[in-house]
Amino acid sequence: MSQLHDCRDAFSAALLELAQGDARVVALTNDSLSSSKLTSFSRLFPERLINLGIAEQNTVGIASGLANGGKIPFVCGASCFLTGRALEQIKVDLAYSRANVKVCGMSSGLAYGALGATHHSIEDMAWTRAIANMVVIVPADSIETAQAVYAAAAYEGPVFLRLSRMPVPDVHGRDYQFEIGRATWLRSGTDVTIVANGTMVSRALTAAHLLAQEGISAGVLNMATVRPIDQAAIVTAAERGPIITVEEHTIYGGLGSAVAEVVVTTRPTRMRLLGIPGVFAPTGSTQWLLEYFGLTAQNICEVARDLLRGDGHHG
Amino acid sequence: MSAITTATQADIQPSIDDLKAMAQVIRRHIITMIHAAQAGHPGGSLSAADIVTALYFRVMRLDPANPSWPDRDRFILSKGHACPVWYAALAERGFFDRSHLTTLRQLNSILQGHADMRKTPGVDMTVGSLGQGICAGLGMALAGKLHGKDYHVYVMIGDGEAQEGAVWEAAMAAPRWRLDNLTVIVDNNGIQNDAFTAEIMPVEPLADKWRAFRWNVIEIDGHRMEEIVPALESVKAIKGVPTVIIAKTIKGRGVSFMENVPAWHGAAPNDAQAQAALAEIAEGLR
Ligand SMILES: Cc1ncc(C[n+]2csc(CCOP(=O)(O)OP(=O)(O)O)c2C)c(N)n1
Repeated sequence: MSQLHDCRDAFSAALLELAQGDARVVALTNDSLSSSKLTSFSRLFPERLINLGIAEQNTVGIASGLANGGKIPFVCGASCFLTGRALEQIKVDLAYSRANVKVCGMSSGLAYGALGATHHSIEDMAWTRAIANMVVIVPADSIETAQAVYAAAAYEGPVFLRLSRMPVPDVHGRDYQFEIGRATWLRSGTDVTIVANGTMVSRALTAAHLLAQEGISAGVLNMATVRPIDQAAIVTAAERGPIITVEEHTIYGGLGSAVAEVVVTTRPTRMRLLGIPGVFAPTGSTQWLLEYFGLTAQNICEVARDLLRGDGHHG
Repeated sequence: MSAITTATQADIQPSIDDLKAMAQVIRRHIITMIHAAQAGHPGGSLSAADIVTALYFRVMRLDPANPSWPDRDRFILSKGHACPVWYAALAERGFFDRSHLTTLRQLNSILQGHADMRKTPGVDMTVGSLGQGICAGLGMALAGKLHGKDYHVYVMIGDGEAQEGAVWEAAMAAPRWRLDNLTVIVDNNGIQNDAFTAEIMPVEPLADKWRAFRWNVIEIDGHRMEEIVPALESVKAIKGVPTVIIAKTIKGRGVSFMENVPAWHGAAPNDAQAQAALAEIAEGLR
């Protein structure tokens, strides 16, 4: 875990490779070519890069029509506007209609920290996860991002791919194989499980590492697919002990909620949900905001200790 | 300097020359703020500077000491990323102290990355997601009619923003209620985020489009105070229809190396660039 990567680069490289091998692949954007890292795509495939201007609803609607005509559209733009403005197109034109369209939300979570709450995208996982037929993927690193792009293209149906712009270290090996709906144990542990996705996975790993030094054995489960969720992996975690979920998202309806839905109906265990606690975040740098909301390895450790204290563990 | 630098003196009707000078003061703030924050949108802030100055220092009925005065005229910067121009005008007009300006985008600042009506005195509508402010402005105008009030609502949109469907939903709705107390100003600088609007998704012919929607259409040079002021002052006399002012502007206006260059949509000047920009603006002041 040393070098940091902006996963949008892995995204655009994978998309380019796909496009080279498959003429059906097209990219759509809403006046966000460069922030979606589609500049090389537009140079190589100018006629397959469709920029609709600042018109998210039209963009997603057109994507569904392109899918009907046999294309595999990747709709790319800032997640806040793409999911927010075009939510009903996502629901009806993509999900209900089972259109083969991939919605790629860039700069999600608090990545646009200083631009303020209009640009923070801390509800997108909840919105898309609530919709039937949607596949919702939140990759943890550049390796998983590339794999998720290939998996989304191979999967016939609507997918929401949630990306950040905050550089993160790679947590997977080169031989990693992402599979839709399958969570990955990045570290096994017997006392507590930290379930995370996206930008929070490397922080969960750091926390587990720090906890090990104190004699606490924490497992780390990367829940890259939020819908359909890996029930079996959650049950395994719940059987081991308490669960902490960590997400760069509101705790209302996101990863924590998804895990809790499985836990309470299968194998109830104590849980803590880390994320944004149902407020609009202020303007501030991403790093500051993540600290402010306790989305750090240190705070994950703190919460783990607290949970285990409640369990009678470690005095 | 000019007769309009403080709130109390704003009662005196400022001249065209006073307004021109104030527009340069606003431009200076824009550069200083975005340079201090090392982030922001200079291009679209500078293109709007002359019109926003005319609104705040001559046209609008306001009371900076009482920002929620029910009879105030309203302004919504629907192209919310250009909020430095708005913040600068509000500070110069006396809604809050100028010292706040360099706190742009900082934690706990009253000046958020995009304007927040619950944080900034004088801001009537939260903005940042394009295509929303115009609908809210229509609602404010409708409320004015329903309450028998005579305030006027001004909404500024971008030419790129005019690609949003909601803009045209509002364009269709305003004549339906004969909202002659609503004026939309298009800051038609011809550039959006990625490139020139004509290349990405042409919005022209704008005047014909608004005319077809049954609006009173006025076309002006959005940098000539001699055209801006009479256009804005003429709208209150128009009865029964809303007005749209299509203002031909130059993105980055006032700073030569930013003018008409798409890359200055959302980039902050470095130290040397800020210095050069401020020098040019000072030149324009004289
Ligand atoms: C709904 C929505 N989509 C995308 C964006 C991102 N965005 C911010 S500014 C901008 C370009 C705006 O162009 P224009 O309206 O012409 O403004 P100006 O050139 O005057 O700055 C874009 C695409 C946004 N803020 N809101």
